[in-house]
Amino acid sequence: MQRPEHARGEAGGGLTYAARFSPGLLDPLQPTPAFVSGPGGKRADKRYNVYRNNVTVSLIEALGAVFPAVRRITGEDFFRAVARAYVRARPPSSPLLFEYGRDFPDFIAAWDHAAPAPWLADVARLERAWLDAYHAADAAPLEAQALAAVPAERLADIVFVAHPAARVVRSPFAAVTIFAAHRQEGQAQTIDAGTPEDALVTRPGLTVAVRHLPAGGAVFAARLLAGAPFATAASEALAEAPGFDLAANLAGLLAAGAFTSIIAGDGR
Amino acid sequence: MRDFATASKAADKAGGAGAPRFPDHAVAGLAGTSFKHEHLAAIIADDGRRGFFEVHAENYMGAGGPPHDALTRIRREHPVSLHGVCMSIGGPQPLDKAHLACFRELVARYEPALVSEHLAWSTHETAFFNDLLPLPYTPETLARVAAHVEEVQEAIGRPILIENPATYLLFRESTMSETDFLGALVARTGCGLLLDVNNVFVSATNHRFSALDYLADFPLAAVGEIHLAGHTEQADDEGEPLIIDSHDRPVADAVWTLFATVIARWGPVPTLIEWDSNIPDWPVLRREAAAAQVILDRHAGRDAAGGAHAAA
Repeated sequence: MQRPEHARGEAGGGLTYAARFSPGLLDPLQPTPAFVSGPGGKRADKRYNVYRNNVTVSLIEALGAVFPAVRRITGEDFFRAVARAYVRARPPSSPLLFEYGRDFPDFIAAWDHAAPAPWLADVARLERAWLDAYHAADAAPLEAQALAAVPAERLADIVFVAHPAARVVRSPFAAVTIFAAHRQEGQAQTIDAGTPEDALVTRPGLTVAVRHLPAGGAVFAARLLAGAPFATAASEALAEAPGFDLAANLAGLLAAGAFTSIIAGDGR
Repeated sequence: MRDFATASKAADKAGGAGAPRFPDHAVAGLAGTSFKHEHLAAIIADDGRRGFFEVHAENYMGAGGPPHDALTRIRREHPVSLHGVCMSIGGPQPLDKAHLACFRELVARYEPALVSEHLAWSTHETAFFNDLLPLPYTPETLARVAAHVEEVQEAIGRPILIENPATYLLFRESTMSETDFLGALVARTGCGLLLDVNNVFVSATNHRFSALDYLADFPLAAVGEIHLAGHTEQADDEGEPLIIDSHDRPVADAVWTLFATVIARWGPVPTLIEWDSNIPDWPVLRREAAAAQVILDRHAGRDAAGGAHAAA
């Protein structure tokens, strides 16, 4: 078999030093690689363990920085256990750690020990969306009066351009209330976790805002953010929530900074 | 010493930008600190202080938001050092082109006074390990690292400083010393070096060599920046000292002594206090930088070339 150019001339059966050094970093059952040592050729188990520890602990910390409310809710021991399992199963594929943990919510949902807290995965989804909004491109939000310039006969066809930070997270649980209660230190409170709550996440300036959307609001916002015409989004929202208040929801989205501009429905 | 802080105009060309968007703050002879977001308000309130700030490049590779706003505010008032921590320049696989493009864009956008990366690797295939992992020192690895350094320098349009690592183990296949490896890298690529004095102390203790001997062999003429940081003491398999480069406490006395030795010998070089976990309040970090500044100022007026003539 032809070896890649860059591997030529190296010891270790054709494997690069990185290929030989890596397997044990996230797998405690792997032995210390044979090609490393301490000074004078002495054994290097504890020395290699420094790297194992740095890798695992720093990635757990990286997850903790993305999901501080999950960490606060579960407590340190539980969080480290689930994060350690996740880090070993799904190490990051990008060196940008603020991108890490995209499937951590799904991992939590499938984690047996999290079964008594079925809402935990949705809190994690909300935290992931919060961080995406935090790092999203800067853009001036659409001003509310821009809508007034749209002729009434064109209103049904208009399409909004989503603000780069705007996101909708839906939950059959009280994810927004639980999220808000655990993003900072505060008094314990009783939360009815079974109340469905949908969230709108925006960042019109430098501050990320998380709003609890009213019934039908999530469908309406998600469809508009995806580029559906105004009338389509409104009718889908009404189909889901017959009492849907179109004017209030639209005003809420504009006030939250969910959009950057309006396109006439036929593309003009 | 070659002046690695004067090359920022080349970045304008690389970035295709017009006039610089930031003042050309000089970094020569200054002490600096890691920039941590939680210190922003305290730093802004600390008006008129001399000093530079170093940021980890990867934390500013998002599209927008508070990180860029904070770095822009810092950069307006102070020289900035852009420190990459995950390029995997010391790895056997090709550099991540998308990552390099982001790095290049940051250099063009912020016109940093100093740009640096590590003699280490962090990614294998697609897994990113978030640690500075070591490499064997051989003619083959030297050739690869030199090619990577040249690729980065070509992309950013200026020389980069490469940092000596803190290591915990050795490779049986190494045939070169670390100082010879770094010296050869400088000769081949024209890069500069970032001398991390704490890393020297950590590696010297861990591998039982003399830090002073290492510094005597180090190509000091290529050093464009110095790092100082705190470390933690553990034990190896034989119960002998194994020091961890933890960046979580004040600089140790032994490291201050080595630093003073280097500066006395070589003159003032921009010096950074690194502090990355258990981050203290701003005044603590500021005091560490002030201590470094005292040592630098003792030798102010000397060119950082061991000479006694006045700095330009």
